[in-house]
Amino acid sequence: MSNMIEISGLNKEYSGKRVVDGLDLCVPEGELFGFLGPNGAGKTTTIRILTTLTKPTSGSVLINGIDVARDAGKVKKEFGVVQQHLSLNRDLTIAENLELHARLHHIPSAERRKRIADLLDYVDLSDHAGHLIDNVSGGMKRRAMIARALIHRPKLLFLDEPTVGLDAQTRRRVWDLIRRMNSEGATVFLTTHYIEEAEALCKRVGVIHHGRLIALGSPLELRQRLGMVAVEIQENGTTYRYFPDRSSATSFIQDLPNTERVIMRQSNLEDVFIELTGQKVMGD
Amino acid sequence: MIDAYSILWSDLAALKRRWPRYILTTLISPILYLVAFGWGLGRGINLNGSSYLEFVIPGIIALTAMTTSFNGAGTRLNVDRLYFKSFDECLMAPVGLSSLLLGKALIGVVRGVLSSLAFLAVALLIAPHIHITLAFLLGLLLCCLTFAFLGVLAALLARSHEDMATFGSLILMPMTFLGGTFFSLSQVPFGLKMALYALPLTHASLFLRAAALDQPLPWVSFLVLLAFFAAFLGGGMMALKRMSV
Repeated sequence: MSNMIEISGLNKEYSGKRVVDGLDLCVPEGELFGFLGPNGAGKTTTIRILTTLTKPTSGSVLINGIDVARDAGKVKKEFGVVQQHLSLNRDLTIAENLELHARLHHIPSAERRKRIADLLDYVDLSDHAGHLIDNVSGGMKRRAMIARALIHRPKLLFLDEPTVGLDAQTRRRVWDLIRRMNSEGATVFLTTHYIEEAEALCKRVGVIHHGRLIALGSPLELRQRLGMVAVEIQENGTTYRYFPDRSSATSFIQDLPNTERVIMRQSNLEDVFIELTGQKVMGD
Repeated sequence: MIDAYSILWSDLAALKRRWPRYILTTLISPILYLVAFGWGLGRGINLNGSSYLEFVIPGIIALTAMTTSFNGAGTRLNVDRLYFKSFDECLMAPVGLSSLLLGKALIGVVRGVLSSLAFLAVALLIAPHIHITLAFLLGLLLCCLTFAFLGVLAALLARSHEDMATFGSLILMPMTFLGGTFFSLSQVPFGLKMALYALPLTHASLFLRAAALDQPLPWVSFLVLLAFFAAFLGGGMMALKRMSV
């Protein structure tokens, strides 16, 4: 399978400070990929470079084989973006926002109308097509942004924190939408602060920290590397210990002097994330 | 070109929703100028054979065209870019930079022309002798184009809403009063006169006034305004190029 995204040796400096530091990453076609990192790790800068909004200092990015820096005009047809912040035009209705996007992507007017109606139906917004952006809920705005990103049938979707600020029901709805888009063939590049979101959705995740990729693999692989069982010891704050299986965790707990406030549970991707981006770095 | 229209289309859709309110608000300040200076202060003054009212109306039209075109393009773009972040969406669309620049400026031209014509309609009730010629309309259009592109340029360079406000008070406000709008430049000392001739609005007022009063047209002023237009267009293009990949 060919690669939808190929990042090699990517660097970005802002006034002498390296925000992205020698990033190498490939995302194959059709994958649902999660790009994780703490605040300020370089996620948004990377996405801005991938979506032609920022010029890289050095290195190269290919999207569907097209060089992002050299052929920006051509590459813009290949992807759709749902930005982290609300980027709808608030003077327009939901349908008008979609129409503007369709016009900018040169979709002929007959097809345009059909496509907008289909997409509004897809994200369940047909009843709100004529509403101004400020008059609809946060979840609807988010779905409208997803519909807008899909208008020109992009092969690749960038979703930057697509569920930030949404309630639990709406978030699950957006998750289903993301899975559906992926199963219909779109490659998805997702960033999120909610690690459980990446665990629920992504086939493979990469963790970026201080501009460098420090881990890459499926959520299960990363958990296995850390240990499948977690032990939390709540004493002067919480200490976490990780074990490959329950029996080694159990024997560890039996040796503890005080087991009153000790919890044993399955480890999760969030444990991996915290271990990686906290003080300790696993594996070395 | 079609892309520029697409961008204009979205701005027009927004304007259509509230155009009566837009026309009303846009008429307030020129009418106040007209009442305060034309009727209040200038009653009875005669300038080169025409009444002060007839003298001042083209000046007010020029300054109205300036402010509404500048704000119509600039303030909108500033908000889109820094607050709504919807300008990023345009930058990520497969649209050429020149189309993007033109598209963003056109709404300023539309708003400027609308406001100026609305005021002109009111002014004609008071001073029916004003001549609306092809040259007048041409001058008005160029004036709107020039200041719409200045608005886009300022919005592309601005880092905050305050930057835009500063630009307004530092550049537009003095020009409003000094750019040949309310008094004749022949009455001011030489040094100041030279400074005022460096302002684009001065040339817009001179040209519009000559056309409106059926005097010989100062084509040099038209050319100077054209040069300002070209400079703002080029500056906007450079700013946009620097900003995008």
